[in-house]
Amino acid sequence: MRIDATEKLQTTTVQPHEQLKPIVRFMRVSKSFGDLEVLKQIDLDIAPGEKVALIGPSGSGKTTLARMLMTLEKPTSGVIEVNGELLWHKEVNGKLVPADQKHLRRVRSNIGMVFQQYNLFPHMTILRNCIEAPILVQGIPKDETIKRATDMLERVGLGDKLDAYPSQLSGGQQQRVAIARAVVMRPKVMLFDEVTSALDPELVGEVLEVIKDLAREGDMAMMIITHEMDFAYEVADRVVFMDQGYIVEQGSPKAVFENPKTERLKSFIRRFRNGV
Amino acid sequence: MNVTTIWNWEYAFLVFPVIFRAMWVTLSATLLGFVLALVLGLVWSLARRSSFKILSWTVGGIVEFIRSTPLLVQLFFLYMAFPQIPYIGVALDAFTAGVIGLGLHYSTYLSEIYRSGIESVPKGQWEASTALNFSKTQTWIKVILPQAIPPVLPMFGNYLIVMFKETPLLAAISVVEMLNVSLIIGSKSFRYIEPITIVGLLFLLLSYPSALLVRHLEKRMKNRYSREKKKVTREEVTL
Repeated sequence: MRIDATEKLQTTTVQPHEQLKPIVRFMRVSKSFGDLEVLKQIDLDIAPGEKVALIGPSGSGKTTLARMLMTLEKPTSGVIEVNGELLWHKEVNGKLVPADQKHLRRVRSNIGMVFQQYNLFPHMTILRNCIEAPILVQGIPKDETIKRATDMLERVGLGDKLDAYPSQLSGGQQQRVAIARAVVMRPKVMLFDEVTSALDPELVGEVLEVIKDLAREGDMAMMIITHEMDFAYEVADRVVFMDQGYIVEQGSPKAVFENPKTERLKSFIRRFRNGV
Repeated sequence: MNVTTIWNWEYAFLVFPVIFRAMWVTLSATLLGFVLALVLGLVWSLARRSSFKILSWTVGGIVEFIRSTPLLVQLFFLYMAFPQIPYIGVALDAFTAGVIGLGLHYSTYLSEIYRSGIESVPKGQWEASTALNFSKTQTWIKVILPQAIPPVLPMFGNYLIVMFKETPLLAAISVVEMLNVSLIIGSKSFRYIEPITIVGLLFLLLSYPSALLVRHLEKRMKNRYSREKKKVTREEVTL
């Protein structure tokens, strides 16, 4: 199904992603909130370095899928594997048991996330927002972390804001800091959960540019939940369309956007074309 | 001494230094009790949030019990009854019993304030901490408490003043704080008007400016908070 998705971006990983062992595997994952089943038996693999865009109407379960991978929600059933290890479970004597905090933290260290509401720490400067976790959690020496964070903040165009506080920045700037903060940890998989939805329209572009720039580097897998269809088309290797808790259709951006097969995807794309 | 005069200045000047000296007992009981209340209050509020149910329920019960019984009864219990309990009972001097009583009693109120501060930290801060893989302890120390405590500082200040004004209760268990000293002076000279009035004025002198200070702090915090809040509402509208 996926044809020439990588060409478009000229990513450094040239080999087709499906030949690599997946970095993330969802296997028959379901999630219910009370009586409401928001995800139904989801199977989804993400290859190392692969950029996957999740699209679909709100309430389709995209965000919940990402949140389970970030361990913010617990799956009701099914298993998730990250880098070959079970995320929510541990194997003890051949049986699956719920993972403890230590196991969760170890497996979670492969994953980073950027949120819709930025969630910067308001009591810390921009620089401290970016260095606190690498120093405390990963034990990287302070000098090195500061260098890494400063480079990254410069790259997202905020090299002059190191000592500013989040409340002094615009939404777009805050979101760029949030991206830098997550990238400094160098996760293998990065989740972007509707990162431009809270932004004023004129600030959306600057944030998307930063993500495209990161995507071009290629070595970090990305799961991008977005309503920006042009952006998804441009940045993704694969587009996954979800609706009502199911993966309805997936494939290369070209296939999904220009040649949708299911009626649901067709009407979803039509609605976006009409600017709804 | 002329009993018919209502206020005798000479006598007032005579007893003032004696009462003033006892103010240090009042102040140190207040401050020590407050520090104890701050520490215990935090412990209670953290324990009540624990996912370990036995702990959170036990602490919840203790806190409700302490808050629902009078401080005066607790002071008498600590000073008179506690030493008589087999094995664990220890005799406490009046000042220590007073400090523990004040600290314990007010810790239950302060724990509620900590709770409101902690609950006012947005859920996104917890989620960002998880996403950055902070441990539970790191999340509390680096992210949650630094945001939970500053906004509630004025409320802590209010309780400090309330506690300060409650210290005369310690006279009941014979702590020689200001009220007790004035009662002793009065019982010797049979003139209570001057000493007790002086005690009242000294309380006023300290607590009124403190209250003004707290109100000022409150206003500043509120301004800061509403600024932040306004921004959030705008973001929600653009969703």
